Amino acid sequence: MNEIFGMPLSVIAGQTLLGLVNGCFYAVLSLGLAVIFGLLRIVNFAHGAFFMAGAFGAWMLHRYLGVGYWVALVVVPVLVGAVGAGFERSLLRKLRGLDPIYGLLLTFGLVLVLEGGFRLLFGSSGQPYPVPESLRGSVQLGFMILPIYRAWVIAAALSCCLLSWWLIERTPLGAKLRAATEKTVLTQSFGINVPLLLTLTYGVGIALAAFAGVLAAPILHVNPAMGSNLVIVVFAIVVIGGMGSMFGSIVTALVIGVVEGWTRVFYSEASSTVIFVLMALVLLLRPKGLFGREGPA
Amino acid sequence: MKRRFALPPAAVRLFIAFAVLALVVVPWLPQVVYPVFVMKLLCMALFACAYNLLLGFGGIMSFGHAAFFGSAAYITGLATKHAGLTPEVGILAGTLGAALLGALIGSLAIRRQGIYLAMITLALAQMVYFLFLQLPFTGAEDGMQQIPRGRLFGVIDLRDDRALYYLVLVLTVAGLALIHRVVNAPFGHVIVAIREHEPRARSLGYPVDRYKLVLFVLSAALSGLAGSMKALVFQLAALTDVHWHLSGDVVLMALLGGMQSVLGPAIGAAVVVSLQYYLDAFGGWVTLVTGVIFMVCVMTFRSGIAGALTRPADDTQAPARRPD
Repeated sequence: MNEIFGMPLSVIAGQTLLGLVNGCFYAVLSLGLAVIFGLLRIVNFAHGAFFMAGAFGAWMLHRYLGVGYWVALVVVPVLVGAVGAGFERSLLRKLRGLDPIYGLLLTFGLVLVLEGGFRLLFGSSGQPYPVPESLRGSVQLGFMILPIYRAWVIAAALSCCLLSWWLIERTPLGAKLRAATEKTVLTQSFGINVPLLLTLTYGVGIALAAFAGVLAAPILHVNPAMGSNLVIVVFAIVVIGGMGSMFGSIVTALVIGVVEGWTRVFYSEASSTVIFVLMALVLLLRPKGLFGREGPA
Repeated sequence: MKRRFALPPAAVRLFIAFAVLALVVVPWLPQVVYPVFVMKLLCMALFACAYNLLLGFGGIMSFGHAAFFGSAAYITGLATKHAGLTPEVGILAGTLGAALLGALIGSLAIRRQGIYLAMITLALAQMVYFLFLQLPFTGAEDGMQQIPRGRLFGVIDLRDDRALYYLVLVLTVAGLALIHRVVNAPFGHVIVAIREHEPRARSLGYPVDRYKLVLFVLSAALSGLAGSMKALVFQLAALTDVHWHLSGDVVLMALLGGMQSVLGPAIGAAVVVSLQYYLDAFGGWVTLVTGVIFMVCVMTFRSGIAGALTRPADDTQAPARRPD
């Protein structure tokens, strides 16, 4: 029993792990995307760019200030989130009430600005970021070798998702947020500061993306294009899962990540397209998405 | 409502006549403008107007139109270089291929609306990008090079820039004329009705999805025509032709030129292409500057150049406002 369909178990387990790690990035990003979309009705194209900015933030702190991984993990999301909140407050807010495609276009412009800017500053080749010392090494599990850093990424990302879920579903702040999502005007008439809530939501969503970026820095090469390639995949995942439920988008993201990993084992040529094929299938069979509640879009 | 200045229709017609005249004499003045550059402009102008058929008139926001442009370029290259066919067959094959791809992507995409549709087209176009990255004949990162221009109908040698120029000019003008015709035909009016109020159009008995799909295919085919011509002009089909950056560029052209007008996006294309051409000298600034223009357009200039010239510049007439 060391083989499945002619593939060694260790290879499959390894790719499953890799898929799970990718799935975790997808999950954190699609979660932020879904929360922002839910409240602001904006498809945040710049989500991947902020993910990239997070990775670069960690890299810059390390390179220029000698700041380590753990500090970066806290500082970078806060900084990038603040930038995101500022962007919402100054520009994105003015597009409220217009067709949502303008929000998509504005954030697309921001992608080009961020990507182009980082490419000007650091070039388009990847920058290496070291794995923090406390998370180096690996554990022998018998059927596979588990690098500690990958395990940490999965744990951190999943706790992050769980925390967000708890924040939104189980706290008074989350209740206000959900109320504002359902009935914006009514919530405002109860004296809840909805515009502030919007800025905060956008900022937190962006901070989530930056957090994922810092997590990804030691695994992926830090480069200006890393975000946009990812965000297109996340869009496909959002279409597959539907943006109706948080839980749905997290599960979809993890499953898709693993499916992608397995495809790499059995038919590696298709590994970059399998997600889009799945999306096409879902659109044919269940156009609303697996967990979708079609909202106004 | 503040009524600023607006061009009368006669002035617009005069401007178009003047532009066509100028385009006809271009190849005889190579020391003033480089004809190959103008050919690129023409291809992009057709691409932008074809795209805008969908965005401006259909209210359908596709974010993956580079897939049609680029596929056609590759198919034309395949037909002329590998199959040894004549250029007119190559262009036809590219256009038809793009139409077919448009039918495939369109039939999937119109199952959803609005920004979902934008995300779906983007994702499917990314899939097309990966296909062309991996297919054996595309040359991957190097692109498909040295696509022969050949002899048109086996007679006219297109290696002569001047001959190719007039072919591109004729096809572009024909494409734009077709777009103009479609917009003003009963078909175009039904499309606008669907954009403005889809349930009502449906209740009036119009097969809404079929109309959308036909529009999508038409837009894809004309984008493909532009891509095929581009492949012959530069003798190259490359991954940048199917990349999402190009899909974004064409959205910018439509937005900047004016989504509510037939020829506005052509102006937008001229601006964007010239800008990228001249910025190229400064290295990596193209993406950054394109992004800034994008943001400025979305924030302050939603009716575009054509919109600002031909009607009072006030925001309440900005297109595609969602009725809340």
